[in-house]
Amino acid sequence: MSYSFDWSSIPGALPYLWHGARITLEITALAILVGIVWGTVLAVMRLSGHALLAAFAALYVNLFRSVPLLMVILWFFLIVPAALRALFGEGMPDIRLTSAFVAFSLFEAAYYAEIMRAGIQSVPKGQLSSALALGLTRGQAMRLVVLPQAFRNMTPLLLTQAIILFQDTSLVYVIGLADFFGAAYKVGDRDGRIVELLMFAGAAYFVVCFAASLAVRRLHSRVASP
Amino acid sequence: MGGYHWNWGVFFQQVPSGGATYLDWFVQGVEWTLLVSAAGWAIALALGALLGVLRTVPSRALRGFAAAYVELFRNIPLLVQLFLWYFVVPELLPKALGDAIKGSPPLAQQFVAATLCLGLFTAARVCEQVRAGIESIARGQRAAGLALGLTLPQTYRFVLLPMAFRIILPPLTSEALNIIKNSSVVSTIGLIELSRQAQQLVDYSAQPYEAFIAVTIAYLVINAVVMYAMRWLEHRTRIPGYLVAAK
Repeated sequence: MSYSFDWSSIPGALPYLWHGARITLEITALAILVGIVWGTVLAVMRLSGHALLAAFAALYVNLFRSVPLLMVILWFFLIVPAALRALFGEGMPDIRLTSAFVAFSLFEAAYYAEIMRAGIQSVPKGQLSSALALGLTRGQAMRLVVLPQAFRNMTPLLLTQAIILFQDTSLVYVIGLADFFGAAYKVGDRDGRIVELLMFAGAAYFVVCFAASLAVRRLHSRVASP
Repeated sequence: MGGYHWNWGVFFQQVPSGGATYLDWFVQGVEWTLLVSAAGWAIALALGALLGVLRTVPSRALRGFAAAYVELFRNIPLLVQLFLWYFVVPELLPKALGDAIKGSPPLAQQFVAATLCLGLFTAARVCEQVRAGIESIARGQRAAGLALGLTLPQTYRFVLLPMAFRIILPPLTSEALNIIKNSSVVSTIGLIELSRQAQQLVDYSAQPYEAFIAVTIAYLVINAVVMYAMRWLEHRTRIPGYLVAAK
């Protein structure tokens, strides 16, 4: 190995990297939140028995799941500014973050919808029947009886998907947004220390994701046994 | 968006450098996407099968090695892995080899890095599917194979793997679809595959919606073709009366 490492540019860059990490976390958190809510709505629509709603949800989910996330990010980077400009006129501030929020939220919803659909189907049919027999409306039965159990059953999968989402946020690199990875790359590029910064970024992602997946596995083994 | 001028004829116009139409560019993008995905998939299947077997062998060390591989490749984002292969690995190799890599044509460097990255990343996922497939086979099959005098490798080759691969064809289908979608990430190191071609078409033709719609549809079509091909394969390799479909 002929390469001589020089890690000295990392300590000074930590505040900038932390700023990037916050963008990574913001996108992840918002996409989880919106993704689970919108995904649950899509799942309920798909199982509603209403032909039109079910068809819309199926089309939405299948479309987003057939297209690379990178294309979706680029799509919203193209569409969101045009839409915002139509709403607010010219002179928009930096819209990259907004378009990333929208792209990740709508994209992840498709994946969360499939998880929630499996979750709803995992609740025994008798639960719904007895809720209806007790006089709850369909909406109440869904909200108060079925969905809480579906969430509980699917918690490990929802969290695993969150870890995948956390890793995928690095793709905002393609629209030039300085998330944690983008920040690391910029620092490495600036100081001619791309090797060190990329290895640092890889190690940081590994530590976070490995720890998180161990925690999920532990939770899973606790939830799984009745 | 009232001011947008649709012009689907743009695909038949000459590109600025001449000698090709935008449609030619688009087709080249499709070809690179398929090429990178197929080459990566070959690596992923071979290595994934091997690792999946290692996850189930009696040796604790081999099982641990395969498990460590899976954790390593599953917990680092694909984009980071790609940049590590492309920018970092040539620096860490012995100087002569590293220089040889850096001296080779850029396209070759991009293709090798992209294929290796996608292949090794997907191998970790294929490994877990293969392991699940092997573990789902009744224990008696392994014991029966060994009792018949087959060696352990022979038992895997003739008894366990042929069954396991049939069982895991549906999840393998989604991994095959994933590698095609994931191949879009290699655009970041400059390989002009389908998604990069979309951006290039936007830059040169100034018809962003046509370019993006065409590329999105191309992904949908590729997806559908692969899905039907895998379903056909599933149907062809089904063992009559044994693996009845779940439904």
